[in-house]
Amino acid sequence: MSESPPQSLLQITGLHIEFSVDKKWIPAVRGIDLTLGQGEVLALVGESGSGKSTLAMAVPGLLAANARVSGSIRLAGIELANADEKTLTGVRGDDVGVVFQEPMTAFNPVYTIGWQIVEAIRAHRDVTAEQARERAVELLELVDMPDPATRVDYYPHQLSGGQRQRAMIAQALACDPKLLIADEPTTALDVTVQAEILDLISDLRSRVDAAILLITHDMGVVADLADRIMVMKDGVVVESATAAALFADPQHPYTQSLLKAVPHLGAGRIEVSDVEPPDPQPQMPEPALSFREATIEFKSGPKSTFRAVDGVTLDVGPGEVVGLVGESGSGKSTLGKAAIGLVKLTSGSVSLAGTNITRLSQRGLREPRKKIGVVFQDPGSSLNPRWPIGQAIAEPLALHTSLSKEARQARVEELLDRVDLSRTLRNRYPHQLSGGQRQRVGIARALALEPALVIADEPTSALDVSVQAKVLRLLRELQAEQGFACLFISHDLAVIEELSDRIAVMKSGRLVESGPAEQVLRRPAEDYTARLIAAVPVPDPDEQARRRELRLAEA
Amino acid sequence: MTEPAGVEAEELVGQSSVWADAWKYLRTNPLFLIGLTVMVVMVAMALFPSVFALGADPTDCDLSMSRRPPSAEHWFGMDLQGCDYYANVIYGARTSVAIGVLTVIGVLVIGVLVGSLAGYFGGWADTVLARITDVFFGIPLFLGALVLLTVSAQRSVWTVSLALVVFGWMTAMRLVRSSVVSIRGADYVLAAQALGASSGRILVRHILPNALAPVLIYATIAVGTFISAEAALTYLGIGLQAPEISWGLQINVAQSLIGSSPHLLFFPALFLSVTVLGFILLGDALRDALDPKRR
Repeated sequence: MSESPPQSLLQITGLHIEFSVDKKWIPAVRGIDLTLGQGEVLALVGESGSGKSTLAMAVPGLLAANARVSGSIRLAGIELANADEKTLTGVRGDDVGVVFQEPMTAFNPVYTIGWQIVEAIRAHRDVTAEQARERAVELLELVDMPDPATRVDYYPHQLSGGQRQRAMIAQALACDPKLLIADEPTTALDVTVQAEILDLISDLRSRVDAAILLITHDMGVVADLADRIMVMKDGVVVESATAAALFADPQHPYTQSLLKAVPHLGAGRIEVSDVEPPDPQPQMPEPALSFREATIEFKSGPKSTFRAVDGVTLDVGPGEVVGLVGESGSGKSTLGKAAIGLVKLTSGSVSLAGTNITRLSQRGLREPRKKIGVVFQDPGSSLNPRWPIGQAIAEPLALHTSLSKEARQARVEELLDRVDLSRTLRNRYPHQLSGGQRQRVGIARALALEPALVIADEPTSALDVSVQAKVLRLLRELQAEQGFACLFISHDLAVIEELSDRIAVMKSGRLVESGPAEQVLRRPAEDYTARLIAAVPVPDPDEQARRRELRLAEA
Repeated sequence: MTEPAGVEAEELVGQSSVWADAWKYLRTNPLFLIGLTVMVVMVAMALFPSVFALGADPTDCDLSMSRRPPSAEHWFGMDLQGCDYYANVIYGARTSVAIGVLTVIGVLVIGVLVGSLAGYFGGWADTVLARITDVFFGIPLFLGALVLLTVSAQRSVWTVSLALVVFGWMTAMRLVRSSVVSIRGADYVLAAQALGASSGRILVRHILPNALAPVLIYATIAVGTFISAEAALTYLGIGLQAPEISWGLQINVAQSLIGSSPHLLFFPALFLSVTVLGFILLGDALRDALDPKRR
C-alpha cells in the first residue's frame, strides 16, 4: 500500500465505525485506510465480527441506524461518509452495486427477477420499460444465465441457487457501477456452484470495468480472484499485500493461523481411476448403523412425490467414522434424520446396532435413541433459547436415566470439562455464548449418555474457519477417546477428510461412491466425486488458477 | 473463545432453570413490582371493599344530592341516585376485576390448549380445531353473549365471564397456534425429539415458553376490553343488573351525562385504566422474564 494505484476510485481514510449498544459505543471498524483503483479486485478477509461487512456496507451508507461513522469515504471524488440521503440514493445502485450473501432473501419473492432488475435500472436511468427490459435480458446474458429471455420472467423461487446469485450480480451491474461490492457472494452456495460463480466473477473482470470489493471469510475463495488482499481482525487491518505475496509469505501471525486453519484437501493429483474400487471390507458382525436399500419419499404435491433418498445401502461399523458428503438437495441430511427415526423410510430398512427401527413408533424409538447422540448444524438454533445450557445438556439425562438432580449436575460438570467449557457457563443462555462455545454445548449434549453412535449433521459449517478447526479437533479427540461410531455429514470434502475413515458421496438421493477416505479422495471412481474435489477452493493462487483452467476447458 | 472472566465461579451454586431465572428477574424488575402493587391493591379492594370505602355505604343514597361534584366530604362526588360515588367505585372493583381476571384466565386456558394442540399436531387435528375456531369467529362476541345470557337462569359474575370466554377465546388460539407452528419446525424441537422426549414434554417444556409471548401481550390488553365488554352487555340489558355495582355500569350511566357531570365518567374510567395498565405491566414483565435475550 506504499503507492496508491494511478486512478484511485475508492479512497477510505481513517474510517471509524461504532455501534451504540445499550448506551455504549462498541467499535466495529477502528481506523482503516484503503484505496481501490479502477478495475482492481480487493478482497477483505476476516472472520465473523472482524468488521469486514460493516466496512463494506458503510460505502453505500447501508449501516443500521445505531451506527456512527467518522473518517472519510470518497468514491470518485464524492464524499460518502455521513452524506445525506439524496447523495446516497444517487450513488446506490448507480455507482455502487451490491451483491448480497443470500440471493433468496435479497430478492423480493413476489416479483420476477426481470421486474427487480428493471426497477434498479429505471431508478437511475431515464429509459422506457421496454428498453429497461431489453437491458435486463442483456445483463442476464452477461452473467451467463441460461436462456435469459425466458428466465427474465421467472420468480426467484423458480431459479436454482446459482442462477439466483447470477441474477443478483446482473442486478448489481444494472447501471454499470464503478464499484461492485460482493459480500460473501458464494457462502450460501454449494461448492460446485460456488466454483461457477467464482469463475463468473473472475471472468467479469475482463467484461466490465468496475472495481470489485470482495468480502469473504474463505481464504480459498479469494486465492486467485483478488489482486490485493486485506486481512481484518477486530476492526483493524492486520495485513495487506498482493494476493501472491500474502499466500506465499504471510507476515502477521493471525494471517498465518487463518491460512493454517483452512482445511486442506491433500494436495495430491486428482484423477479418475480406471480400477474398480475393491468391495468394502467385510463388515464386523453388527454395524452401529445400517441402511439397506433405504428410500425416502416426500409428498411434493397432491399427486406427485419427491424422492429424497433413493435406494441407499450404507453401513457404519462400531467405532468407525463415515463421512457422508454431498451438495444441498443430495439427501444427505434426510438420511441422517432417518438414522434417528425423525424421518420414516418409504421402503428399505434402517437398523441401529442390530435393532431394526424402520417401523418403530415414537415410543418404541425411545430405547434405541438412548444410544445415539446428535450434533446439529446450527448450534444457535438447536438449543432452546430459553433454557440455560446446563439444563440443555442435562436433558438427555433427565429423559433416559433415573439419576438424582445432584448426580445429573455432577455429570453436566463432567461433560462441560470434556468439551473444554468452563463450568461457570452452565447458567448462561445460548445467545450469550459464541458460535464455537454453543457447538461445544451441542457436542456435550450429544455425548451425555455415552452413545455408541453420533450423527453429526454439518456440525461446523456455521462456524468460522479457526473455530471450525478447534471444534473438529475436539470431535476427533473425543472420538478417539470414547470410540463411538460416527456418521459425519458435510458438504465440505476438506472437513470430511479430517475425520473420516470412510467416505460416502451422495448425489440426487443416490449413493454414487463409497470407500476408504484415502481412495475416494485420491482415486475417485466417479466423475462426480472428481468434480466435487476439484471445486473445493484451496488457499493457493497457482493451484486455484490451474483448477479453474481445467474446469473451463472441460465446460 | 476466551472465557469471560471467572469471577462468578464463587457464587455458582447449582443449575438454574428457566422459571428460577425468570423469578429472579421479576423480583427486581420495577415495572413488575408496580404492576404487582396495582394488582394487589385492586384485588384487596375487590375482596374487602368496606375497608377501602372508609365506612361509606354505597347504598346509602339521598336523591336530593344527585350528581353533586367532588367535595371534601364526598371525594368523588355523588352519582345520579345521590349515593357516595367514592364508595360505589370502590365496590365496583369486585365485579369488574373479577370479570376481567376470570375471563382472561378462561380465554388463556382455552386459547393456549386448543392453539397448541392444533399447532403442534397439525394435520386433521389442526383442520378440525381451526375450523371450529373459525365458526366461533363468525359469531360476534355480543350476539353470542346475548344469546347465552338470555337463556341462562341467573346473571352473575360467573355467567357473564363464561359468556365472554365462550365467544372471546379465538384470537388467543390463533396467536398460540401460529407461534407453535413456527416453533415446531425449530432445530431445538427436532433436537429434543432426537433425544427421545415425548410429545407432551416437547410441547410444555420446549415449545410453550417460546410461544407464549404474543398471547400474553394480547391477554393483558384484553383484560380492559373484557371489563368494558361487561359494561356494553349491561347497556344492552343482559349484563349485570342494577343493584350490582360495577365500573362498566357506572361508565355506562355516565356517558350520557358527560357534559353536565364529567366526574361520573372520570373516576370509574380512571380505575379501569389503572387496572389495565397494571395488567399490561405484569404481562410485559412476564414476557421479558421468559426471554433470556431481553432480561
